[in-house]
Amino acid sequence: MSSSNLQLEAPLDPAFKVERRTATGRGDLLEVSMGPQHPSTHGVFRMDVVLDGERVTKLKPVFGYLHRNHEKIAENTTYLGSMPYTDRLDYFCSLTNNWAYALTVEKLAGLQPPERAEYIRVITAEFTRLQNHVCLIGFLLQDMGASGTPLMYAFREREAILDLFESLTGARMMCNYMRFGGCRVDLPSGWLDQASKVVDRFPRFLDEFDRLISGNEILAARTQGVGVLPRELAVSASVTGPVLRASGVNYDIRKVDKYGIYDRFSFRVPLGDHGDVYDRYMVRVLEMHESLAILKSALRDIPPGPIMDPKAKLRSFKPKAGEAYGRIESAKGELGFYVISDGSANPYRYRVRPPSLINLTVLEDMCVGHTVADAVIILGSIDIVLGEVDR
Amino acid sequence: MIEWADQIFVLLKREILLLVPVALQPLASILLSVGPIMGVFATLFAATTVLERKGLGRIQNRLGPNRVGPFGLLQPLADGIKAIIKEDVVPYRTDRVLHTLAPILIMVAALLAYSVLPLGRNMVALDLDAGVLFFFAAGATTELAIFMAGWSSRNKYALLGAMRAIAQMISYEIPLILSTVGVLMAAGTLSTTGIVEAQSGYSGLFPNWYVLTPWGFAGFFLFLIAATAEANRSPFDLPEGESELVAGYFTEYSGFKFAMFFFGEYLGLFAANALAITLFLGGWNAPLQILDWVPSYLWFFAKLLFLIGLSIWVRGTTPRLRADQLMNFAWKFMLPMSLVNILASGLWRFTGDGVLGWLVCGSLVAGSYYALGLNLAPKNAVTKRIYRFAT
Repeated sequence: MSSSNLQLEAPLDPAFKVERRTATGRGDLLEVSMGPQHPSTHGVFRMDVVLDGERVTKLKPVFGYLHRNHEKIAENTTYLGSMPYTDRLDYFCSLTNNWAYALTVEKLAGLQPPERAEYIRVITAEFTRLQNHVCLIGFLLQDMGASGTPLMYAFREREAILDLFESLTGARMMCNYMRFGGCRVDLPSGWLDQASKVVDRFPRFLDEFDRLISGNEILAARTQGVGVLPRELAVSASVTGPVLRASGVNYDIRKVDKYGIYDRFSFRVPLGDHGDVYDRYMVRVLEMHESLAILKSALRDIPPGPIMDPKAKLRSFKPKAGEAYGRIESAKGELGFYVISDGSANPYRYRVRPPSLINLTVLEDMCVGHTVADAVIILGSIDIVLGEVDR
Repeated sequence: MIEWADQIFVLLKREILLLVPVALQPLASILLSVGPIMGVFATLFAATTVLERKGLGRIQNRLGPNRVGPFGLLQPLADGIKAIIKEDVVPYRTDRVLHTLAPILIMVAALLAYSVLPLGRNMVALDLDAGVLFFFAAGATTELAIFMAGWSSRNKYALLGAMRAIAQMISYEIPLILSTVGVLMAAGTLSTTGIVEAQSGYSGLFPNWYVLTPWGFAGFFLFLIAATAEANRSPFDLPEGESELVAGYFTEYSGFKFAMFFFGEYLGLFAANALAITLFLGGWNAPLQILDWVPSYLWFFAKLLFLIGLSIWVRGTTPRLRADQLMNFAWKFMLPMSLVNILASGLWRFTGDGVLGWLVCGSLVAGSYYALGLNLAPKNAVTKRIYRFAT
């Protein structure tokens, strides 16, 4: 066997130099490559962790296993042609991805979606947020070892929302629904009633979930004080979304930019004080309640009317030369698209600001000093989707 | 008639033995004890896998297995066939001998424990005077098997899992054994049948089970918790920890070796639950005097199924603890609590089972439970939080 040229003892990455001895000098550090095939790295993500016993002394996130050349493909495709690709960024939230891209191109081309389209956008975006958060807390508890029960409860609710998406857009996850200047199709008849039913049912689920798990002492013991992200670090690392708000920073793009018609809805932004995993969990739970409030009033107030800006044209769409950056509050944070047009049918430059990737940069700061088990739930609490991280 | 139904298996064995030549009778006697035990508990294992998957399914709003046979009852058969015909992958540069030996050892160790468990009146394979001691000695051997598996696999997850398993099992062995001391003192014997006989009879409506005394009640739960930890069941399933360590110490096992680990683990769980029944729940004794006519072994298995159901329920609803919290719980709560419990059971002998006994022993147990619980909760670790909202 010694003749084999397999080098099992070689370090995982030559650039990732580690001290071999523990701080006490009584033993060796253990270098473990968690991922890219691992049950709880949420996709093909790898964490190279260096362990002193069970304690993480060093952690290096490694990604790129799912790189699909999204940005370059978009530069070689028409503006509309890359709309379906945006579905595949954060494949949990295709509708918000669509919206962010549509918003950017609308800025570039000077289009204004009609009122009804704006309402539909808000409704679908808030439903997307609901199903993303509900899945996230399910996955987080799964990472904590809860045998799938919370996850199954969460997925039951997600099904109802995905059914709504299916009847509206024809697809459950890859919706490809927004267009520049409006939406692809109008709401089918009876959709609003169906949506209202889902919204009315949802608080019952949240209460049930709270009773099942939120007060659980093991959950509290596992998450409180774990993976603290200090406010200053969160701001300087440009972390966004629920992770940032759990650290106590009041920054929600729905409030800051008031894009779309978010200025018409009254909703609150929950903020955490500790910035630990428990806060990130609870902030998401509370955000779901606020989303429900938005949905209720949006479903009540939605006006009839056209769903496309009459100026918009789908074929030979060539915005005038210029650049635009559009951003929205996706379920994971600030999702931004930066598009430069040179007046041709394809964007000259196309860039995505993925919240998952940028939130991931603080992973090591949160994990060092905690155990492997904590590293897993800290990663879970950031809420990454590898489609968006790697693009 | 009643007597006959109760003793049918004992009589059957005696009749068969008479047909065997005298020289072979000891051997035949061993086979006639070992064969049925292995057969019955293998069947129970198969039934439990279905019950567990169905039970977890119902807890999680699913149906569970329902395709193989009526109501999915033949699922274990399909699982077994799959496990046998699957390729047995032994990773490169493992210690092949230990790697093969570990799953055999875990089964042997688990099966040895059954030799002293009384399954019904006169139904014990080996009525040792030190039966309880033998049980713990045999049960402790599983730790060796787990460490062999983890060490020989040459896998870092397996090593971490084995490390956790050893720490956990040694820590919980102490409260496990200490929690039985009260029973041994009250019964005045280490023989398992002697302990069951000491719990026969009824005082008023209630049976003389040890669980119906303050120290026995506390001891029963201490034993059950420690046994859950010994059996690596949720919420103490850290050695497997599938969201952290992939599959812990049996990460590198596949095919039938994996099935053997699975089998050994469940056998361990049954054995521990069976001992809990023997020590605290009156063994084969009926809970009410008027139900005395039901054969004793039926009572035993009814109680066993109840405890199995309990562990499935717990598995479906709790997240996993972290390694250090697990250790804290063992050393800061379980150990002192079981020591106090020994004191309480000693006092019980002098105060008698009247009002005085309940008052003295009950307050001792309840008081120490409360005090230790306060001590266990680290300051400010688990708190109820109030969240701020920005508008």
